[in-house]
Amino acid sequence: MDQQSNRQPQAFPEPGIDDFGATLAKHGLTLTRASSRALQINVGLLCDLACRHCHLEAGPSRHEVMTRETMAEVIAYAGRARFEQIDITGGAPELVPHIEWLLTELAPLAPRVLFRTNLSALGRPESRALVEVLRQQRCVIVASFPSCNTGQAESQRGIDYMGKGVATLKMLNQLGFGVDGNNLELDLVVNPTGAFLPPAQCQTEQKFRQDLLRKHGIVFSHLYTFANVPLGRFRHWLESSGNLENYLKKLAGSFNPATVQGLMCRSLVSVSWDGYLFDCDFNLAIGQPLEGRKRHVAEMAGHPPIGIPIPTGDYCYACTAGSGFT
Amino acid sequence: MTTSYYEPQDLERFAEIGKDAPELARKFFDYYGAVFAEGELTGREKALIALAVAHAIQCPYCIDAYTTSCLEKGSNLGEMTEAVHVANAIRGGASLVHGIQMRKAAEKLSL
Repeated sequence: MDQQSNRQPQAFPEPGIDDFGATLAKHGLTLTRASSRALQINVGLLCDLACRHCHLEAGPSRHEVMTRETMAEVIAYAGRARFEQIDITGGAPELVPHIEWLLTELAPLAPRVLFRTNLSALGRPESRALVEVLRQQRCVIVASFPSCNTGQAESQRGIDYMGKGVATLKMLNQLGFGVDGNNLELDLVVNPTGAFLPPAQCQTEQKFRQDLLRKHGIVFSHLYTFANVPLGRFRHWLESSGNLENYLKKLAGSFNPATVQGLMCRSLVSVSWDGYLFDCDFNLAIGQPLEGRKRHVAEMAGHPPIGIPIPTGDYCYACTAGSGFT
Repeated sequence: MTTSYYEPQDLERFAEIGKDAPELARKFFDYYGAVFAEGELTGREKALIALAVAHAIQCPYCIDAYTTSCLEKGSNLGEMTEAVHVANAIRGGASLVHGIQMRKAAEKLSL
């Protein structure tokens, strides 16, 4: 199946919002690839949730998942190219057949393997074997958990999310994830539950630590805050709710030139569920391939060349607002 | 004449209040900035207080501004709603406690 069939249109700048490339030029900057340190693998768009901020529009009705054959090509590439970090994402990777095999094969190929979860899918009884693989392979679990407030969390991720999310975090704590001294990392990712910027990361981490411990006895390793990216389902919501222009203005108004050097697209290679290469998950979402041409992971000998330009759009303001997308 | 005394976009024009009295405006905005800087209270806590006060004084501009500010500083809707209840309790309590004046006045006039 051709991934292009599910592409959404390129996000063009809204009237009154400076083109991202022009903003870079105004600051004497260009966006080009640096040394590639991380391999991100998007194993599919199938998900048990249909979160309203999802830039990939993943959900239960999406059936695109990585085949075992493509997984083997990705594993071979990770062996050829060698990255400092491998990052498994989706959709809900838990729902993808052969995910345990993929993790087991990838784990020896990089010092650090991340597994991104919405918590709901990882808490299902069917995921117990996967959780055991994550524990055995000492993968870092990166869990989306938008708010300690039930109403706000469920407005983003769907009804009944909070109970499942909390139960899964408790289960992971019981297995040692996020608990000091176990070397099993459990990180939280917090996206704002609407058209506003994320709070300061260090203060949010402190507050989530207090709230989760006080309310549920839950602990975690680190917390990261990210702005919602105006693509996919979130962009549709911004448009229909009349928030798009103000949100883009807010992101563009918070442009911080100091973030450009460290943007993840400079050091990450993103592979789509069907094995094609992109500079980041957001360029993957709109179908802007690495180096401007569709190239399969099986064709890649090693890291992409340093210095090649990275395609941009107005959504790039989400990664350069404030302290940036770390 | 506008159809409403309050226009949301007027909030963005707040700085124009300095046009004909710049020195007074500068002193106010310097003070305002200093009040909301991190101090013994965090910026998040100060935004929650501002949200509660905004409801007590019923300023729609302030409610708009500090709802956004509270969300962007990491407060959730439960905390923000509790802050509004604090404003309401103080407002309501302040009215109610003046009932003692009423009772004293009535006692003085009554057999």
